[in-house]
Amino acid sequence: MAEEPLVVARGLVKRFGGFTAVDGIDVSVERGEAFGFLGPNGAGKSSTMRMISCVSPPTAGELRILGMDPVRDGVAIRGRLGVCPQLGNLDADLSVFENLTTYARYFGLSRAEARRRAGELLEFVQLADRAGGKVEPLSGGMKQRLLIARALVNDPEIVLLDEPTTGLDPQARHLLWERLYQLKRQGVTLVLTTHYMDEAEQLCDRLVVMDGGRIVAEGSPRELIGRYSTPEVVELRFAGGGDVAGKLDGVGERVDALPDRVLVYARDGDAAVAEVHRRGLSPLSVLVRRSTLEDVFLHLTGRTLVD
Amino acid sequence: MAHSTVAVLERHLTLYRRLFWASAMSSFVLPVLFLVSIGLGVGGYVGDLGGVSYLQWIVPGVMASTAFQMAIGETTYPVLGDFKWSRGYHAMRATPVRVGDMVAGQVLFMVVRVLPQTVVFLLVVVVFGGLRSWWSVVTPLVCAAVVVASALPVMGFSARIDNDGYFALLFRFVMIPMTLFSGVFFPVAQLPVVAQWLAWASPLWHGVEVCRAATLGVAPPWPVWAHVLCLVAWAVAGGWFAMRGFARRLAV
Repeated sequence: MAEEPLVVARGLVKRFGGFTAVDGIDVSVERGEAFGFLGPNGAGKSSTMRMISCVSPPTAGELRILGMDPVRDGVAIRGRLGVCPQLGNLDADLSVFENLTTYARYFGLSRAEARRRAGELLEFVQLADRAGGKVEPLSGGMKQRLLIARALVNDPEIVLLDEPTTGLDPQARHLLWERLYQLKRQGVTLVLTTHYMDEAEQLCDRLVVMDGGRIVAEGSPRELIGRYSTPEVVELRFAGGGDVAGKLDGVGERVDALPDRVLVYARDGDAAVAEVHRRGLSPLSVLVRRSTLEDVFLHLTGRTLVD
Repeated sequence: MAHSTVAVLERHLTLYRRLFWASAMSSFVLPVLFLVSIGLGVGGYVGDLGGVSYLQWIVPGVMASTAFQMAIGETTYPVLGDFKWSRGYHAMRATPVRVGDMVAGQVLFMVVRVLPQTVVFLLVVVVFGGLRSWWSVVTPLVCAAVVVASALPVMGFSARIDNDGYFALLFRFVMIPMTLFSGVFFPVAQLPVVAQWLAWASPLWHGVEVCRAATLGVAPPWPVWAHVLCLVAWAVAGGWFAMRGFARRLAV
């Protein structure tokens, strides 16, 4: 018999007063996979994460984590989760090392075990040289790595990451992705939210696209691109405005006019560019690229992910 | 579970280690200065109160009110800060630590602080001849009871506010009047009857009177069980108020 998924949600709803943050979503996360919630700010990703972390009770619907009920068995479930929150809550007045040992004690680890684990994890997130230092002088990327180390202190079965790389510079993001990829290879189940499509593509085996509290699409990044976009996209910029989009009718499979550029979805980008020139149009710039989840999101919602 | 409460206690102790010397100053040296200036200085004018020197008379008051002020200090900014700035409670909330552990662990930390603080104070005071009875040895426990009875309701208050401006109101309209009119520096019998009722409602007054009975070796104004009952009532009601405040603030 197949194992029950680690996270199962059916018709899950979260309301705050009259505002519905999560509007009846169905999700299931299998052991060992990296599962993503992709969507713009306000899509309901963080509210969903807080319900899965067992800190926010669902308003309606069914939710089971590790085969248990988050409201009744919250303590038991939280003991087996690792949570890396979006709003950092490291103890600024404790050292880097003490942040880990203190947190480890919350999970009932012995003092010796807490110290051993803290040492190991600081090696893993490449902060061993900062162990005795304060938290405050750490860079954003270092703090985020420390939060991830802290989330791993109890050897969790599921690690929940809420926007793990928001606000980080590209180099810090790549280092973080690399560490998360390592975790994934070790078989840790990852559940993350992001509004970066490249992050979702890099890390997620499977993801759902959320918008306005609902799931608008689900699949692997490749599947989603295959289903909702074309293999290539041509980005064209034109001088002035005018109805260029109209003149592009029939080029490629679909044309989307954005305020600053026009996207042409095509199986063969170069052929589409050739067709544009054949029609006597002279764009200021032409970029042929592979299709991404950003294009999927745009197609599904008519909006871009990051405004 | 008990080990989660201990884990919370340990966090506060680890944080406190950094502030130890600064806080030892305010929670120990300051009361001794108080004693010297008011006990000996003012006491020189006041003379004896019913065969007891003024210094001996205010020793238990200073002791209990120091514990009371520590409890207020530890449950105002630090509690609001762990909700609002460092978000330490949110960090705990994501672990098996329960709201009850957060509250109990933090109160336990204050008890762990007040016990040695009171013992050292007693040792110094005995040198000044400030104690008259062996019953003085129970005062650390009475001070611990004052801490629990005043810390819990203030934790509940701090869990419900979002703006630290409310603390100014708490200090001005609760803490300072309570320190002044709870029998620390003069008997509440000097006050008009209505003000005496307020003093009777204050956890500090009960703590002061039981401490005073112990250090002077006399009977307290009310039966001991009645004083203890008032402190327990504050602790129970305060505990309920604090747990509810924490649970509500963390459940979003």
